[in-house]
Amino acid sequence: MTSLRFMLYQLRRNPLSIIGIVIILTFIIIAIFAPIIAPPPEGHIDPYMIPRDGYSPIPKPPNEEHLFGTTEGQYDIFYGVIWGTRSAFRVGLIVIGVVLVVGIVLGSLAGYFGGIIDEIIMRITDIFLAFPILILAMAITVALGPSPDNVIIALIIASWPSYARLIRGDILAVREEDYVEAARGMGGSHLRIITRHILPNSIYPTLVMASLDIGAVVLYAAALSFLGLGAQPGYVDWGQMISFSRNWIVGPPGNPLAYWYTVTIPGLFILLFVLGWNLLGDAFRDILDPRLSRK
Amino acid sequence: MNELLIIRNLTVKFYTYDGVVQALDNLDLDIKQEETFGLVGETGCGKTLTALSILRLISPPGRIESGSICFNIDDGDEPIDLLAIGEEEIRAIRGSKISMIFQEPSSALNPVYTIGDQVSEVILLHRRQELVNKAIETITALLAGRNSLVNILANPMRLAERSLYQKIAQNPHSLWPRIVGRIPIMRRLLQRLKDEAKKMAISMLKEVEIPDSERVAQQYPHQLSGGMEQRAVIAMALACSPSFLIADEPTTSLDVTIQDQILELLRRLKSERESSVLYITHDLGVAAQICDRIGVMYAGSLCEIARVDDLYANPLHPYTKALLAAVPKPGEEPHAIGGTVPDPLNLPSGCRFHPRCSRAIGMCREHVPPMHELASGHFIACHNYQGETGGSSC
Amino acid sequence: MEVLVETRNLETHFPILKGVLRRPAGAVRAVDGINLTIGKGQWMGLVGESGCGKTTLGKTLLRLLSPTSGHIYFDVPNETKDEMDLLEESAANPTKLQALRRRYDLATYPSKQLKAIRRRMQLVHQDPYTSLNPRMRIKDIVAEPLAIHKLMPRKQIRDRVTEILQMVGLTDQHLRRYPHEFSGGQRQRIAIARALATNPDFIVFDEPTSALDVSVQAQILNLLGQLKRNQELTYLYITHNLTVAESVCDSIAVMYVGKIVEIGTPIELFHSPKHPYSQALVLSTPIPDPKRKRGRVVLPGEVPSPTNPPPGCRFHPRCSRTTEECERLEPELRQSGNTSWVACWHPLS
Repeated sequence: MTSLRFMLYQLRRNPLSIIGIVIILTFIIIAIFAPIIAPPPEGHIDPYMIPRDGYSPIPKPPNEEHLFGTTEGQYDIFYGVIWGTRSAFRVGLIVIGVVLVVGIVLGSLAGYFGGIIDEIIMRITDIFLAFPILILAMAITVALGPSPDNVIIALIIASWPSYARLIRGDILAVREEDYVEAARGMGGSHLRIITRHILPNSIYPTLVMASLDIGAVVLYAAALSFLGLGAQPGYVDWGQMISFSRNWIVGPPGNPLAYWYTVTIPGLFILLFVLGWNLLGDAFRDILDPRLSRK
Repeated sequence: MNELLIIRNLTVKFYTYDGVVQALDNLDLDIKQEETFGLVGETGCGKTLTALSILRLISPPGRIESGSICFNIDDGDEPIDLLAIGEEEIRAIRGSKISMIFQEPSSALNPVYTIGDQVSEVILLHRRQELVNKAIETITALLAGRNSLVNILANPMRLAERSLYQKIAQNPHSLWPRIVGRIPIMRRLLQRLKDEAKKMAISMLKEVEIPDSERVAQQYPHQLSGGMEQRAVIAMALACSPSFLIADEPTTSLDVTIQDQILELLRRLKSERESSVLYITHDLGVAAQICDRIGVMYAGSLCEIARVDDLYANPLHPYTKALLAAVPKPGEEPHAIGGTVPDPLNLPSGCRFHPRCSRAIGMCREHVPPMHELASGHFIACHNYQGETGGSSC
Repeated sequence: MEVLVETRNLETHFPILKGVLRRPAGAVRAVDGINLTIGKGQWMGLVGESGCGKTTLGKTLLRLLSPTSGHIYFDVPNETKDEMDLLEESAANPTKLQALRRRYDLATYPSKQLKAIRRRMQLVHQDPYTSLNPRMRIKDIVAEPLAIHKLMPRKQIRDRVTEILQMVGLTDQHLRRYPHEFSGGQRQRIAIARALATNPDFIVFDEPTSALDVSVQAQILNLLGQLKRNQELTYLYITHNLTVAESVCDSIAVMYVGKIVEIGTPIELFHSPKHPYSQALVLSTPIPDPKRKRGRVVLPGEVPSPTNPPPGCRFHPRCSRTTEECERLEPELRQSGNTSWVACWHPLS
């Protein structure tokens, strides 16, 4: 009860975090009610493919039929961004979820036992960290073949090492605490000490980073899609929609903003999604970080 | 003896998430010239806050609500109210007229500068004028030296140096030294000032009995033991000959044999320099050995002030008695004080000690007992002794 | 007197690793040849200045640190110990000696055997603010040792926790709270309750009151005395506060740079210290009475580093009674009275 009150107090002190919560809640609602907000047209088989209204390459501005207009190839922008929310959550949550599990297991092993186990795990992470995440993810996607699932696999492989490192560092700090020694003195097993004493006191910075990273992962996925490494053409994906608008960023001479909606609307969705998670991550830090706790 | 520092009605509050904490409640305290005044009490009773209030170092969420702290800078001058002056003026007083020694010497020293640098920084900051005069003297002596070739070549440089220092001497706030200090080649002209400060720093280190002080001046804090670090901190605090020194548990983190040495050093320096000391401690043994007068604090207010022999031989306030009885003695079980220190958010009404006091009377619950003088120099805030002087009543 | 804990030539060294290859380049000899005997029901004090190795000794006794060499016997009959010594001397039957050591010598226990013995010996840390897991409730903290050793079914654990908390002066209301909701003294009570949960025989206290105020310290000391009487406990009380040791301990051991220099009852130690170092310690302890001033012995120099202790008697560079003998030969701990031992070539009388 007191902790709930404290949570609300912390949130009130930082109004930006409320904006973050509102943004993410809105996206969650959009994702859940996508079939109601943007119902697939009659006879449309796969709701995750954007319906097309003809095959003309020239985008059409927003009109009654297409709320946000259509992009290159007459894909409906409104339908794409609404259903794209679902694939954004899918990529973000799966990648971060798996990365967290892998990172926590390997990071705990390295940090708690130290010695040769630590050396091996940390040298492997060094190899991965030597490449920029995006380049590494691109290479893996190309090797596995472009598809939304392979993008997820590639992002998992590229981003677990930084989590393993972060957790290892926090565990090293907590491992020396008196209560850990007390647990050893009681005869507690390694598993018990890690799960009951060390992780609950060291995991919060990692959770904060995870919530910040959900946005970043979606951004990377969008970048890969933009480069043509993600979904097949027409799949509901914000990155791909921006890729469609590549030729229409600048309009014809005399009217440079003629096709603004093709790039701005999907771009805005990505922007808000990433911003929302970032603000939420800050809010998490305010609430969870024991170093900032009261007193 | 005159009063050096007079604190009246000092109230400090902390505005926290859980509510307003009244950390100091209408505190009255006098510190005489050339005395060591001890403040004793348990954790959280406001000892350190009193010291920080004197230096105006209370930071949010804490705030000094009201009161006055009158400080006699020099004999004869009007005392100034430290709470009424501006930020610039209080900064000039901190470290020069009033300085403070902290509990943890290793965190009071900056790990990336040498001991010598840190002591000379204080001197450069507060004793600039003296340094400038010294530098002018040295240069004049050099100019008057023999007319050897070296001297003839060096003299123009020295003349420039001297004119710079004379400018500073005329107007300490002049822009010159600041400009010169920024220009890479010209900066060397100020080197002499730093050298003088370094010399004074080393003599300061000698004074606090640091062996081999020239070498220690070149060392970094982590190369010294805790006792040596605390000596260096004392040297920094005394570098400007303050008339008032605040020592906040300076020996708590040290071993007994080292504590003994530091206490002896403080005792000697205090009598040599004729300054006053506010000595904050929770150790009644240490307080007995070093203080002249002692004030006992409980939950943000003072409950008893007396000369040291008087206090230990004849403690009057029930809290003082209980505190002295709690000190372990051979062959008998220590007497614990029942109950716990009150929650600062929820202080008891009336006398703060009444819920734990064996002599509490009805009045204690309702009225805060005023401090009054029971015998000469023995002040007490307790209703039990109210009738005994007849002079004051509530 | 029945012996509960005994160490023979116990050494705990921490290697200093240097260079890329992390080769050992010397060692911190924190505990360097300790022979200490603690009788059943004794309240043994261990005093010394910071860095003298007293905490390391306490933790080595509990095998929270592994000794470099030497033996630790916990509740082992004297005959067995003597038998092992004889076997070692004669080197006649190494297999038998090894079997005996594995069974009785705590210093060589494998981890499974250690877990069993940990039920009988516990540690209480110095700082109650760091020794309790901030994310566990009090009932879970106190119940943890019971759960680890599976001493009783879950239903009984709750009752036992309540019982122990009452023993240390806390109530049922505190069960569901977190450590940060308690004051320092109460937290130390919780830590003591946790140590008592498994009904141990031996508890090591590592400066349990140095983070507390005097009035709370008095409460804790009284509690410890009461528990010791009621539960038939044996204490090793590590402290740097001689006043506390003097008032509560039955016997006090003084440590200096990894060695015990003197053992004696508080009266012997405070009124007629035999070792010059003990004397200096006693004299520099401030007395809470402005009229009584102790004589002064100023120790020159500083405590030597345990990495490279001086040859001979470790105290000789700071001692006023040093002779040529002290510089060369290390004095053994010898019995100097009925209950006292001293390691000095020229003990004070």
